[in-house]
Amino acid sequence: MSEILVIAEHRGGELRPVSLELIAAANELKASTGSTVAVALIGADAASFTGAVSVDGVDEIVTVATNSANFQPDEWAAAVTALIEARSSSLVLLPHSVDSWGFAPALGATGNYGFATDVFGIAQDGGEWIATRAMYKEKVHAELDFPGKSTVVLTVRGGTWKPAEGSSSPAVSSLEASATANSQHVSFVEPPATGDVDITQAEFMMSIGRGIADEDNVEQFAELSETIGATLGCSRPIADAGWLPKSRQVGQSGQIVANCKLYLALGISGSVQHQAGMKHVENIICVNTDPEASIFSIARYGIVGDIFEIAEELETHFE
Amino acid sequence: MKILVAIKQVANLDDEFEIREDGKDVDHDFCDYEINEWDDYSLETALQIRENNGDEGEIVVVTVGPDEAEDELRKCLGKGADRAIRVWDDAIEGSDQVAIARILTKIVEKESPDMVFMGVQAADNAYAQTGVAVAQQLGWPHAAVVNSLDYAPGASSATARRELEGGLEEEITVNCPAVLTIQLGINEPRYASLRGIKQAAGKPLDEISHGDLGLSDDDVGEAGSVSRVRKMFVPQKGQAELIEGTPAEQAARLAEILKELSGA
Repeated sequence: MSEILVIAEHRGGELRPVSLELIAAANELKASTGSTVAVALIGADAASFTGAVSVDGVDEIVTVATNSANFQPDEWAAAVTALIEARSSSLVLLPHSVDSWGFAPALGATGNYGFATDVFGIAQDGGEWIATRAMYKEKVHAELDFPGKSTVVLTVRGGTWKPAEGSSSPAVSSLEASATANSQHVSFVEPPATGDVDITQAEFMMSIGRGIADEDNVEQFAELSETIGATLGCSRPIADAGWLPKSRQVGQSGQIVANCKLYLALGISGSVQHQAGMKHVENIICVNTDPEASIFSIARYGIVGDIFEIAEELETHFE
Repeated sequence: MKILVAIKQVANLDDEFEIREDGKDVDHDFCDYEINEWDDYSLETALQIRENNGDEGEIVVVTVGPDEAEDELRKCLGKGADRAIRVWDDAIEGSDQVAIARILTKIVEKESPDMVFMGVQAADNAYAQTGVAVAQQLGWPHAAVVNSLDYAPGASSATARRELEGGLEEEITVNCPAVLTIQLGINEPRYASLRGIKQAAGKPLDEISHGDLGLSDDDVGEAGSVSRVRKMFVPQKGQAELIEGTPAEQAARLAEILKELSGA
């Protein structure tokens, strides 16, 4: 029977929630392909996450003890390689996360396994794994196959599957792997406390993007957000330019606006990285001059227009 | 001191486009090209290290790509890179990132730089794969998503910060030489000066094939790849309900919706 192996991710002693999304993906495929689902826990304290991943559908847990408690790319790559070689897993799922970017491509680069990144669709066709990902800035999707590969390794886009829930009592075993670490973790650096706002708590957000064009324009949109009662956020280019503090950045490398119910995006095209922080919001409204901007594909309401004109008119309705 | 910067020319697909007849790619007639945004930051990282090294050291830019990609190499030369290498031939067409990495690995072996910088990912297909793949094939130390770097040429290790999710960063030390993938925002990329652009025309730009690097046909293209596009298609996408009218009318409707949905 073929095995789907999920590589769980953790940081700072906490299981990262995306791990449960991967288990959900594996469970869906388990039902359609008759595979078993195993979860691998890698790290010096790997066994401590056993309970957190004992959710519905998990048949087995394998721990691989490493020297490092925190992610170290050489040790993680060696651990996953050892797992695949020992278990001949058919499909290996990792999150498409920053840590995976740091080591998963090394698995593909050996040439031994099929490999693809940022996958959001997985299926089988004639016994072969098929993966779907986006290309050309998300304008098209591509189905990939992996001719001649008995193991396929995929990094999976976050937010694609709903986290697995429930509980199970999987068998737990361990595996040895050794590697020479060529880099060392020194410390985690928390984002500077700005005494500003915590946008993850906001229910109504108004975010600005490249469309505001100039730093001098930030002030008027900050005022608009106050006028309409929204918390001000931004996309990456605005924070990178230093026009707003990093704490206001929505997206993969910024914050996920977990409590937001209404999101007004002004002059934001809607990159995948930005969407990672706000796609879940029930009511998204966007204003953008480019009708092809991908933000229109996830918004409930949209205005094709100039954010300055709309902003000026909008303000008059809140005075 | 020598730093190798690998760059990619990325495709911008027109709003109107067609899928190629074999259904496995878009028709490239509908593409415009530009340098990958991340690569501006990688090159700038290299240029600043050299400036802090008393302007001593060589910066080599390399790309795997067809004739058009030469434009991007020239731009890098215009900003201050010394030399460029472009690898291409028909057999490379259809290579996935593992096969591309194999080519770049050969270049690194040939050039023996002190550091290799590459973008975290490319703006068009966002694989986030090639840099670490090259490091694996070389057996070199590596770190991904670097947004701060402290490196003195010739040092046996560098201190870097990796940009993690949610604003968190990780400080690491990494043994050198290393392959680092560079994140947006690590610096402020410069523009090429007019003088730089003039000088670029006279700088060496080598064009070589996979065979020149000692690679066989099986190492590149589909044969050298671990994934293959079997079908490309335009996805069904959601579409926002558009609010029409004059800006005043649109804003009035927007105000109504905001008031209703925010419970104000």
